[in-house]
Amino acid sequence: MHTPAPQEAAPKRSLMQSLELDTRLLGMIGAFVVICLVFNLITDGRFLTARNIFNLAIQTVSVAIMATGMVFVIVTRHIDLSVGAVLAICSAVMGVLQVQLLPAYFGLGHPAIMPLTVLGGLVTGAVIGAFNGWLVGYQRIPAFIVTLGGLLIWRNVGWYLTDGQTLGPLDQTFRLFGGVEGTMGSAISWGLGALFSVLAVFALWRGRQAKIRHEFPVKPLWAEGAMMVIAVGAIMGLVAILNSYEIPIGRLKRQFEAAGETMPVGYVDYYGLPISVLLLILIAVAMTLIARRTRFGRYVFAAGGNPDAAELSGINTRMLTVKIFMLMGVLCAISAMVAQARLANHTNDIGTLDELRVIAAAVIGGTALAGGVGTIYGAVLGAIIMQSLQSGMAMVGVDAPFQNIVVGGVLVLAVWIDIQYRKRTGEKV
Amino acid sequence: MTRQGKPLVELRDISIAFGGIKAVDHVTIDLHPGEVVGLLGHNGAGKSTLIKCLSGAYQMDSGAIYINGEKAEIRNPRDARRYNIETIYQTLALADNLDAASNLFLGRELVTPLGFVDDAQMEAETRKIMGRLNPNFRKFKEPVKALSGGQRQSVAIARAVYFNAKILIMDEPTAALGPHETQMVAELIEELKAQGLGIFLIEHDIHNVMKLCDRASVMKNGQLVGTVDVKQVTDEDILGMIILGKTPDRGMV
Ligand SMILES: Nc1ncnc2c1ncn2[C@@H]1O[C@H](COP(=O)(O)OP(=O)(O)O)[C@@H](O)[C@H]1O
Ligand SMILES: [Mg+2]
Repeated sequence: MHTPAPQEAAPKRSLMQSLELDTRLLGMIGAFVVICLVFNLITDGRFLTARNIFNLAIQTVSVAIMATGMVFVIVTRHIDLSVGAVLAICSAVMGVLQVQLLPAYFGLGHPAIMPLTVLGGLVTGAVIGAFNGWLVGYQRIPAFIVTLGGLLIWRNVGWYLTDGQTLGPLDQTFRLFGGVEGTMGSAISWGLGALFSVLAVFALWRGRQAKIRHEFPVKPLWAEGAMMVIAVGAIMGLVAILNSYEIPIGRLKRQFEAAGETMPVGYVDYYGLPISVLLLILIAVAMTLIARRTRFGRYVFAAGGNPDAAELSGINTRMLTVKIFMLMGVLCAISAMVAQARLANHTNDIGTLDELRVIAAAVIGGTALAGGVGTIYGAVLGAIIMQSLQSGMAMVGVDAPFQNIVVGGVLVLAVWIDIQYRKRTGEKV
Repeated sequence: MTRQGKPLVELRDISIAFGGIKAVDHVTIDLHPGEVVGLLGHNGAGKSTLIKCLSGAYQMDSGAIYINGEKAEIRNPRDARRYNIETIYQTLALADNLDAASNLFLGRELVTPLGFVDDAQMEAETRKIMGRLNPNFRKFKEPVKALSGGQRQSVAIARAVYFNAKILIMDEPTAALGPHETQMVAELIEELKAQGLGIFLIEHDIHNVMKLCDRASVMKNGQLVGTVDVKQVTDEDILGMIILGKTPDRGMV
C-alpha cells in the first residue's frame, strides 16, 4: 500500500506545530545524523567513538566561532573574506607577546602572560575589524573589496611581525585553550552540563510565562515538557560522550610525573568537556542572545532586510556596520587563540582558507547572501557538518583533492536545497 | 480656521539639487496644528524630495526649517524624530523580514530592565494599537512581507500614531491600496487631524485632496506654483495649477 492514510498525516503535522520546531533546523540535524551514520558504517564504528567525537569537537571550534560572526556580516548583505588573515595576524601578535616580549619582561611562565596575550589579540582583532567596518560603512567601499584587500594584507603584516618564523613554545596556561591540553575532567563537565540543563529549562519556562502574562497562545504543556527533555538530553548526552573518552595511560603518567607523584595502579581518568568547546558554547549562546534579544541584533536583521527602512527608522547603519565588523574581528582573535593553542605554536599559515570554511559554514547553516536571514545555531551546525564530512573522508582514506570536491559540492547543494525550501514555503529567495 | 497664531512647521526657501537637477527650487510652505496641507504636482515635481528634507532623509542645500517658530536643525531621521516628526514613505519603509511589532518599534524598542528587547510587551502594544486602527489585522507573528499593501500601510501608520507624532508626513499613503483600505486611511487622517496633528499629505487623487485637505500647495518642476485654500477653489483651479502652472484668481493664500 503506497497511499498514505490521511488520518496519519494530520496528527503528524499537528505534532510538528505543537512543538514549534524549526523545519530547517530539523533538516540540518537530519543531514548531520545521516553523515555520521554513513561514516560510522563505512569505518566499522570508528567514526562515532568518544575519541573521534572529541576530536571533531575541538577541530570545529575555531571555524564555528568565526561563523557566528559571519552570520551578522552576511545578514547585513556584506561579506568578510579577511577572517583567515585576521586570525593569522592576531595569532602573530599573540605569538610575539607570549613567546618574545612578555617573557622578556615578566620572566617565563609568569601568570600575567596569558591574560595580557589574550588582551593583545582581542585588541588587534577589534581594531582591524573596526577599521574594515569604517571603510565599508563610512567610506562606502564594498565589503568584498575591503576584505579581499585585507586577505592579502593582514597575514603578511603578521609575517613581518614574526619575520616569518614559527613561534613557540606557547605559555602553559595559554595552551589550555587548545583542546586536548585543556579539558575539565568528568566531575566539572557533569556539573556544567547540569547547570546548562537548568538554564535551558529555565529559559523555556520563562518564555512560556512571558507569553501567558500577555495572554498569547502557548504550546501545550506536554510539548513544552518534550522540548525541555530534548534540550536536557542533548546537553547531557554530549557531556556523557566527552566524559567517556579515557585519557591515554602514557599521558596520565606524564601528568603525575610533572606533579612529582607516581600514578596509582589501575588509575583511569577521562577528558570531559574541553575548554575550547565550552568557549564555543558560551559564544554561540551569547551571539544568539545578541541576535534575538538586543537592539543591536534587531538592527542587524532590520538593516539586512531593508537598509533604507533601517536608516529612515533612525538607525545609524554606518556605525552598525563598524560594530558588526569589529565583532567579527574580536571573534577572529578568539578563534586565533584556540587555533594557535591547539597547534601549540604560531605558524605563518595558520587559518589559511578559513575564510572559505567560515562563509561555507554560515551559508550551509541557512544564512542567505541576499541578507536579512540567518541563525547562529545554523552556522555552528554548518561548521560541524563540514568538519564531520572532512574528518570522515580523511578517516575513510579519501584523497585530499576529492575531499575538497565533495565539500564544494555540498556547499552548492545545501544552498540549492535551501532555495527550494524557501520557494515552497513562499519566502522570497 | 485654525490657521491663526504660530505655524507648527515652516519650510522657508528650501532648495536642493541632485547633480544639475534642481529637484526643489526655493520653496516656502507652512503647516498649522490640526491642519492638513496637500502637496500636489506631477511625478518628479519634487514633492517627495521636499518632505524628505523635513523628515531628515535628505539634507537641503539652502533654506531653513522652523518648528513652532524656532529654527530646527534636522540632519538625519533621528533629529526629525526628536521634533515628533513621523513619516509614512511612498516606498513603504518596512523591514520585510521582521514582524509587525519589530517594525512598529524599529529604532525605539521597548526593553526589559536588563536591557533586552521585550518582544512580548511590544507585541502586546502592537495588538492594542492595531485593534484601534485596523481591527481586522491578525498576522502578528509573520514577517511583514506576508502582509497585503493595506496591512503594511497600517503598520506604518500605527508607528506614527503610537509615538505621538505632532507632525505627520504622508507620501501617497493610499497609492497601493484598494478602495476599502483607502477609506480606512481617510478616516484615520480625519481622526488625527481632530487630535491636533499637522499633516502634510502628498496625494494624487484630486477628490481625496478636496475632501481631506484644508490647503493645497502645488509644485511644478521643483518650484512652488502657489498655495490655495481648498474651500475657495474648484477641482479645475487646482488641476490648472498642476498641469499649466497657472495660479487661480481666487483662494490664494
Ligand atoms: N536621490 C536622488 N538622486 C538624484 N535625483 C533625485 C533623487 N531624489 C529625487 N531626485 C530627482 O528629483 C526630482 C524630484 O523627484 P521627487 O521628489 O521624487 O518627485 P515627486 O515626489 O514629486 O514625484 C526628480 O527629477 C528626481 O529624479
Ligand atoms: Mg514622490
